[in-house]
Amino acid sequence: MSEQKKTAVHEPLFHLAKRSNISFGKAMLIRAVAILLGLLVCGLVAFLLIDKLRENPGKIGDFYYSFIKGSFTTERKLWKFLKNMAILQCISLAVTPAFRMRFWNIGAEGQTLMGVLGSITVAFYWGGRLPEWLLLILMLIAALLYGAVWAVIPALFKAKWNTNETLFTLMMNYVATYVVSYFLVIWVPSGSSTLGKLKYGKLPPLPFGDQYLLIILIVLLLTVGLFIYLKYSKQGYEITVVGESVRTAQYSGINVKKVIIRTMVVSGLLCGLTGYLIGAGLDQSVTTESVGGQGFTAIIVSWLANFNPLIMIVTAGLISFLNSGAAQISQDFNVSGALPDVIVGIILFFIIGCEFFINYQIVFRHSAKVKEVAK
Amino acid sequence: MEKKIALSMRGITKRFGSVVANHNVDLDVYEGEILSILGENGCGKTTLMNMISGIYFPDEGKIYKDGNEVVIRSPKDAFDLKIGMIHQHFKLVDLFTAAENIVLGVNEKGRHNLKTVNSRVSQIAEKYGFHIDPQKKIYDMSVSEKQTVEIIKVLYRGADILILDEPTAVLTPQEIERLFHVLRRMKEDGKSIIIITHKLHEVLSVSDRVAILRKGEHIATVNTCDATESSLTEMMVGKKVSLDIDRSEPENVQPRLEVKELNCIDSEGIQVLKDITFTANSGEILGIAGIAGSGQRELLEAIAGLHPIASGQIIFNNPKKDKPVTFFHKSLGKVKDMAAQDAFHDKAGAPMRFKGMNNTQIKAEVAAENVLFREDEVMNLRGKTPLEIRSLGVRLSFVPEDRLGMGLVGSMGITDNMMLRSYRKGHAGFVDRKKPRELAEEIIKELEVSTPGVNTPVRRLSGGNVQKVLVGREIAFAPKVLMAAYPVRGLDINSSYTIYNLLNKQKKNGVAVIFVGEDLDVLLALCDRIMVINSGTVTGMLDARTATKEEIGLLMTRTDAPAKEVAQ
Amino acid sequence: MNVWLNFLIESLAFGAVFMYGSTGEILTEKAGHLNLGIPGIMCMGGAGGCLVLNIIGGWNLPPVLVVILGVMGALMMSMLMGLIYSFLTVTLRANQNVTGLAMTTFGVGLMKVIMSKLDPTVYLVGPKKIFRWPFAERTDALQYLGVLFFVGVAIAIVASWVLYRTKVGLRLRSVGENPGTADAVGINVTRYKYLATCIGSGISGLGGFYCIIDYMASQEAYLSLEAFGWLSIALVIFALWRPHMTIIGSTVFGFLFSCSSYIANIEWITVTMAAKPLLKMLPYVVTVLVLIITSIRNKRENQPPASLGLAYFREER
Repeated sequence: MSEQKKTAVHEPLFHLAKRSNISFGKAMLIRAVAILLGLLVCGLVAFLLIDKLRENPGKIGDFYYSFIKGSFTTERKLWKFLKNMAILQCISLAVTPAFRMRFWNIGAEGQTLMGVLGSITVAFYWGGRLPEWLLLILMLIAALLYGAVWAVIPALFKAKWNTNETLFTLMMNYVATYVVSYFLVIWVPSGSSTLGKLKYGKLPPLPFGDQYLLIILIVLLLTVGLFIYLKYSKQGYEITVVGESVRTAQYSGINVKKVIIRTMVVSGLLCGLTGYLIGAGLDQSVTTESVGGQGFTAIIVSWLANFNPLIMIVTAGLISFLNSGAAQISQDFNVSGALPDVIVGIILFFIIGCEFFINYQIVFRHSAKVKEVAK
Repeated sequence: MEKKIALSMRGITKRFGSVVANHNVDLDVYEGEILSILGENGCGKTTLMNMISGIYFPDEGKIYKDGNEVVIRSPKDAFDLKIGMIHQHFKLVDLFTAAENIVLGVNEKGRHNLKTVNSRVSQIAEKYGFHIDPQKKIYDMSVSEKQTVEIIKVLYRGADILILDEPTAVLTPQEIERLFHVLRRMKEDGKSIIIITHKLHEVLSVSDRVAILRKGEHIATVNTCDATESSLTEMMVGKKVSLDIDRSEPENVQPRLEVKELNCIDSEGIQVLKDITFTANSGEILGIAGIAGSGQRELLEAIAGLHPIASGQIIFNNPKKDKPVTFFHKSLGKVKDMAAQDAFHDKAGAPMRFKGMNNTQIKAEVAAENVLFREDEVMNLRGKTPLEIRSLGVRLSFVPEDRLGMGLVGSMGITDNMMLRSYRKGHAGFVDRKKPRELAEEIIKELEVSTPGVNTPVRRLSGGNVQKVLVGREIAFAPKVLMAAYPVRGLDINSSYTIYNLLNKQKKNGVAVIFVGEDLDVLLALCDRIMVINSGTVTGMLDARTATKEEIGLLMTRTDAPAKEVAQ
Repeated sequence: MNVWLNFLIESLAFGAVFMYGSTGEILTEKAGHLNLGIPGIMCMGGAGGCLVLNIIGGWNLPPVLVVILGVMGALMMSMLMGLIYSFLTVTLRANQNVTGLAMTTFGVGLMKVIMSKLDPTVYLVGPKKIFRWPFAERTDALQYLGVLFFVGVAIAIVASWVLYRTKVGLRLRSVGENPGTADAVGINVTRYKYLATCIGSGISGLGGFYCIIDYMASQEAYLSLEAFGWLSIALVIFALWRPHMTIIGSTVFGFLFSCSSYIANIEWITVTMAAKPLLKMLPYVVTVLVLIITSIRNKRENQPPASLGLAYFREER
C-alpha cells in the first residue's frame, strides 16, 4: 500500500501534445526568437573565448556588427557572400531529392568532392591540348559522372540488399577523400601534395556583372528547376510516395528500386555539378578540403528548409551569413579561424531545438494538488 | 455477495486535439470478475484502458485503486499498482527470447539470471494452463504464442488487474476457448480481468458484467446474466440500426478471375499459400473467411502482383465488348478454334458451344441473331507487376488492409492520393492535378467524406473517412475485379453500411467482388459465396445463403481436410 | 619478427582511440540514437582534459591527481556535449543526423579555438609516466601502451558485459530495438536514452583525451582527431554493435591506418608514396564491405538497432 501512496503524490506538471497545425507567422516568430537567443548565447561564449572582448566588454557592439560587416558592407563581400551561399545552396539542392525519399544520403561531401576531382582530372590531363570550350564540356561530363557514380553505389546496395545508406554514404565520404589524396600524390611529384591553380579549364565569367554572377545564376536556375521537378513532375511525385511508404509505392505500381537508384543518380549529378562549379568555376584545383564540410552543412540547410528548394534559399543564406560574419569576427578580434564553426554550431542548436516548439505543444495542467481520499 | 472494488474511474476525459476520445467516464472494476468493455470501433475503449495502463494521461478525472486516489503517469506506475495491459499490437522486442521479454523491466533483487526466470515462467504457465518455450525468440513465434508471452509477462509482474485489448481478434476458436479457460482460472484466483471487445457472443460467454461505451461516453454497466445480444447492441449503437444487408441475386454471372493451384512462399521461406484454386465471378460477391493470417493478405497481394508466386496461374477473363453477330464472319477462319471455347453466348448471356456444328449451322444461328459474340481476352496475370497488369487493360482494384501504410499516402491530400494509381496518365513528365481534384471533390460529395478540404493530409481524417477515400478511388476506376481486405475494420456502423452498399452496387454493375472479412455475420449477410481458407489452403466453398457460422468456423480451424466444393 | 610485434603494439595503441570512440557510440546507438556528433564529442573530450591539465599545470600537484583530474576534465566536457545532444534529440526530438552534424561542427570548432589558446608545453609535459604506467620505464614498443589503453580495453569488455549479461543491458537494448515496448513495461525510455548517450559520450571523450595526451602526445595531435572520430563510427559497424569486438576491430583499423608508415620501414616491402592514401582508405573500404556483407547475410542479430535514428513520442497516434 505504501507504494501506491507514493505514486499518488503529484500529477505531472505538463504533458506534450502534437500540434495539428500552426500558423506560418507563429512558426516564423518561434524561429526568430530562437535565432536571437542563439546570438545572445554566442555573445556570452564570445566573452569566454575572445580575450579582447573580456578586456574591453564595450566592444560587444562591434562583435555583433561584425556579422553585418562580414557579408554586406562592401560590394566585394556581398558577392562573396552570394557565391558562398550559392555553392551551399547547390549542395543542399543535391541532397534534397534523396531526403524527400527518406534516403539519408549523408555522402554529399564525398560526391561533391568526386565532382571536383572529375573536372580537375580532365583539366589536368587535357588542359591546353583541347580547345577550352571542349575542355569545359568534358570537365562537366566528368564531374557529373564522378558524382553520379559515387552516389549510385550506395543506392544499388540499398535497393538490392537494404544496406544502411546513412552509414554507407558516410564511409564513401572518406573513401573519396583518400581517392583525392591518391591523385594528388601522383600529380604532384614534389611530395607536397598541393596542386597549384591550373591554367586551363576556367569557367568564363559573364560579360557583365560580377565574376561570381554566372555561378549564382546557375544555382538560381537549378533551385527553380528542382522545385518544379519535385512538385510537378511524375518523378517528383514518385519520390514523395516512396518516401512516405514503400508499400504504398509498390501498391501503386512504382518500381521502388528504380526510383531509389534514379533519385540517387539525380542527387549525385547535382553534387557533381556543384563539384564542377567549385572546380572549374572557382578553384581550378582540387584538395581534400575542396568542399570543406559544406556537404554536411548542406544536410542541415536542406532539413531546416523542410526539403523545400525555395525555402532553402533562406536557410542557406542564413548559414552563409553566419559563417562569413563569424569569419569577420575572428579576423577583427584576432582569434582562431575555427570560431565560425562554434558560432554556427550554437545557432544551429537553437534552430534545431526550436522545431520542437513548432511541432509540439506543451499543455500545462491546472489542478496542482491531489487530496488523499479516504476509503 | 458484496465484492470489493479494485479500481474505479471518475469523470475521466481525454481529448486528442479537437477530438474527444473519452468524455466524463465513470467505471468500477471488482475483484475476481471479468468485465467486458463493449463498444463499436472508435468509441474510446482502448483510449480509456490506455489511461489506466499509463500510456495516456487523462485530461480530467480521477482514478482510484483499492479506494486510494492514484496517479498513473507511465506504464511503470501502472505496474507498481499491479495493473497490466495486453495490447492489441503486441509490445514485444522481436530480437529477444520469450523469457527476456517477460523479465524486461521487472525490478527484481539480485543478479540477472535467466535460468530462474525460465523456471518461474514455466511455473506460471503450468498454473493457468499455457504452453510456452521460454527460450524461443519472438520473431520465430506465431501470433497466439506471442499473446501467451504478453499475458505471462503481465502475470509475472504479479498483476491483479489484467486488461486485454481485443484478445480474440487473431485467434482460432479453439485458441479463444483456451484463452477463456485461462481467464476463468485467473478470475478464480481473485484477479480482475477487463476485456475490450466488440464481439457480443464472447461478451456473453465469458464476462460477469459488461460496460458499454458509445462515442467516448459510458452508457451503462449491466450484469451479463441480465443482458441479451439485442439489448447490448441497442446500447452500443444507440439508435436502432437495421442489421440486414440488402443482398440481391447475382445477375449475369461469368467467370472473371480464375486462380489455379496457386502456391506462394514468403520472404522467410514459409509456404503461405498452398494450391489455392477458385473462381471469382462477375456480378457476385465472393467472401473469403479465415483466421487472421491464414494467407488472405498474401492471396490478394499475389493477385494484385505484389507478392511473388511460386507456381500456379491467375487467369483473368477480360470482357472487351459485346459485339452483334454481324461482325462474326470477318473471323470465319477461326471458327474451328472458337467452337471449342466459351466465346459465344446466347442473349441471356449463358455460354453456348458450337461444338459439332459446321460453319453453315453456325452461320444460321448467327443469322437468326440468337448468338452474341463475346470477345473475351484471356490473360494470365502470374508474374506480372501491378503496372504490367494495368497496362494489359485489366481493371483490377484493390483495397488493402493497411489503408495508410499501403493504400494511401498519409501526408498527402485527397487530390494527390487520387493520383496514386493514375498519375502516369497524361503528357510528358508532369502530373496533371485537374482530374484528380475533380474526382476528389466528387468522392467527398458522394460518400460524404468529412474533411476540411481536398488538400488536407488524409492522415488527419478519421478511419471511416480514410476508408471512404480509398474505396471511392478504387471504385472510380470502374473495376472489373474489386478486392477489398477488411474494408470495414475500425469503422462505425454507418460507415460500414456505406461500404457494404458500395460493394453491392459494384456487384450489380457486374464487377467480381472479393471481400475478405473477419465478422462471419457480415460475410454471411453480404456475400453470395464464401471461400474459407485455413493456413494457406482452401478448406471450403460455401453458399452464403445456406451456410451457417458453425460450418464456417469448423472449416476455418481444421487442418487435415481436403478442399471441397460445397456449392458453386 | 620484432618489427611485427612492434607493429602490433603500435596498432593496439593507435586503435585504442577508436576503441574508446566506438564503445561510446555503441552504447548510444544501442539506445536508438545515431550520434554523428561523436567526432565533435571526442574533440571536446580532448580539449576538456587538456584545458584542465593546462590550468593545474603550475600547481605542483601529485602526478596521480593530475592524471585523474585530466580524465575528469575530459569526461565532464564530453558528457556535457552528450547532454546537449540528448536534450535536443531525446527531449526536443530533433532529427538525429542533423543534430549530430551540428554537434560535430560545434565541437571540432570549439576544440580548435580552445587548443589554440592552450600551452602545449604545459598540458603535454604533464605526468607522462603515469599515463604510460605499466611500461613507463621501457624503451621498446611496449612503452606505447599506457594506463589509458588498459582502461579502454576494460571499458569495452565491461560495456559488452553490461549490454549482454545484465538487466540494465537488456533494458537498454530494448529501448533501442523497440522503445514503445520498453515504455509499456515501465522502463524509463528517456532516462535510458540520456544515460546511454551521456555515458557513451564520456567514453568517447576519453578517447579524444587519450589520443592527444597519451597516444600522439604532440602539439598537432588535435588536428587529426575529427578524422579519428568518423573512423570510430565506422568501427561500430565493423564490430557489429558489440563493444568487445571493438578491441579486435580497433587493432585492425589501427593496423590498416598506420601500416603505410610502418611498412616503409620494412626493407623487403617497397611502398610508393601513392600507396599511402590507398592504405589509409582501407579501414573505410573494409567497413563498407562489412556493412554490405552483414546486410546480405541479413542475420537479425547483426543488424543495426531497429529504432536507430527515430525519435520516440509516447502519445503518437
